[in-house]
Amino acid sequence: MLHNEPSPLEVKVLTSRFELPDSASLETYAAHEGYEGFRKALSMKPEEILGELKASNLRGRGGAGFPTGMKWGFVPRNSPKPKYIVVNADEGEPGTCKDRVLMENDPHQLIEGMLIAGLAADAHAGYIYIRGEYRYLIGIMDHAIEEARARGYIGRNILGSGFDFEVYTHTGAGSYECGEESALLESLEGKRGVPRIRPPFPAVAGAFGCPTVLNNVETYCAVPVILRRGGAWFADLGTPKNGGTRLFCISGHVNRPGVYELPMGFNLLRMINEVAGGVRGGKKLKAVIPGGSSCPVLKAVECDIAMDYDTVAKAGSMLGSGGVVVMDEDTCMVKAAARIMRFYSHESCGWCIPCREGTAWLSKLLARFHSGAGERQEIDLIGELAQNMLGRTFCPLGDAAAMPTMAFVKKFRDEFEAHLDGRPCPFENKKRLVTA
Amino acid sequence: MTFSAELEAKFAKLIGCYPPGRQRAALIPMLMFAQDEVGAVTPELVAEIASRLSLEPAQVEEVVSYYTMLRRKPAGRHHIQICTNISCMLNGAEELWEHATRKLGIGDKEVTPDGEFSLEEVECIGACSWAPAMQVGYEFHHHMTIEKFDRLIESLRRIH
Repeated sequence: MLHNEPSPLEVKVLTSRFELPDSASLETYAAHEGYEGFRKALSMKPEEILGELKASNLRGRGGAGFPTGMKWGFVPRNSPKPKYIVVNADEGEPGTCKDRVLMENDPHQLIEGMLIAGLAADAHAGYIYIRGEYRYLIGIMDHAIEEARARGYIGRNILGSGFDFEVYTHTGAGSYECGEESALLESLEGKRGVPRIRPPFPAVAGAFGCPTVLNNVETYCAVPVILRRGGAWFADLGTPKNGGTRLFCISGHVNRPGVYELPMGFNLLRMINEVAGGVRGGKKLKAVIPGGSSCPVLKAVECDIAMDYDTVAKAGSMLGSGGVVVMDEDTCMVKAAARIMRFYSHESCGWCIPCREGTAWLSKLLARFHSGAGERQEIDLIGELAQNMLGRTFCPLGDAAAMPTMAFVKKFRDEFEAHLDGRPCPFENKKRLVTA
Repeated sequence: MTFSAELEAKFAKLIGCYPPGRQRAALIPMLMFAQDEVGAVTPELVAEIASRLSLEPAQVEEVVSYYTMLRRKPAGRHHIQICTNISCMLNGAEELWEHATRKLGIGDKEVTPDGEFSLEEVECIGACSWAPAMQVGYEFHHHMTIEKFDRLIESLRRIH
């Protein structure tokens, strides 16, 4: 089911079947071009599949934005080891809730994307690692897998092609860190979700020590339509080097929060004002986190930008996982920074000391600041602590915690100063009521 | 330990999902599904799953201690999990959380004396665009309000 009304401004490519009755069923999927991309891929050479993907300018939708075609190309097809397809459905970046709707409303699209990845990488098994909290999706995916098996899309000698492929679901058990690819692989193997040192990268030594294609749900979901309509068609939907559409999860102080599929490069202010109905209660926009909580905050004046990987990077932030968190003029930036850091401190796996200690100290410092007990020289200490975490950890969680903190301090220093000398939070009397 | 036939079937299927010699991969799903039936990850459960996967109990323990959804003690019959992360916070999750603690008379990770409800403040559950959000067990509740929360609690009380 849909959790919010669609917007007329959407360009529905991955979500094109969402509003059809029984959209999750194989019957609906098959009646609307389902498995056609896979059928086409069956007659193509692996290099041709990679060629379409490269031409599509599809970039990883999990957050890093790495070109998918190139990533798949790193898998050594001729390796004597088995190869695996792994789906990262451990959606956990605060502000992000798109993979959930993709699996809930169109599970076969994900399965088809995995099958095509299997053909490209010469893999015969795929695992969907689903975060523990999304238990209901295991039922939906397992049902879809059985439907696909009954119609001969999964199993041995698929559609008489000689290609074998199995798809399995795998539940996580509560851990943000497991959304990091190497920690996810550790977790998939039945261990604590701590990151692996790289190289070797998963393409060479991933699941069970074997070559592995590992992508986000949305990335795989984009693959069938690329095969069906061609890489060039997909690329043209977006901006240069940023092909296609993406699912933006708009949350926070807007009139119509929701998950919306928009072309890459869609203007951020238009997204807030036109797609999401503008800032609630006629308030002014103060700041936006453009791609999930690990992305540096943008001030309102910085928001007139195209939402693609390169433009947002140029603006000093990241497109990340598509979680657009909108904050109005009454939002306390110290409090927002403190809450986000509390999250990273809770989720740090503890493997790397700069992250384990840094997130814990920053969390304490920011909470103390918000309570009014901070001292002036500590404003710089926050920035310094964060700076010292950058690039000093095995996985990006340390950076994910440090980067937004540095941006909050740099861009909203006045708000940190307003909390000094035991003064109460200037925004605290503007507490929000829970509204319907 | 003995489990239901359904759980045994699930275990058998899980163990067959992974490459030969890699059965340890079934550990986390087995713990999650077993916890649903047993109520908690007890020392007996740790020993049982360790022996089925040819692991040392310590190898299971280190996994149990890492993941937030695996718990040593049973939750209430209805486990209420309220997200207070950024998108929910911006939409009043703190007030919802405070209200829930007062309404149920318990704090974080506590269980009501009658065992009906337990409460947990959780990190992002992936419902940011429909905030504030919470889960009862594995079921999502979006666009929560204090009134909706009260109605939900009353309706859950009636379910036996």
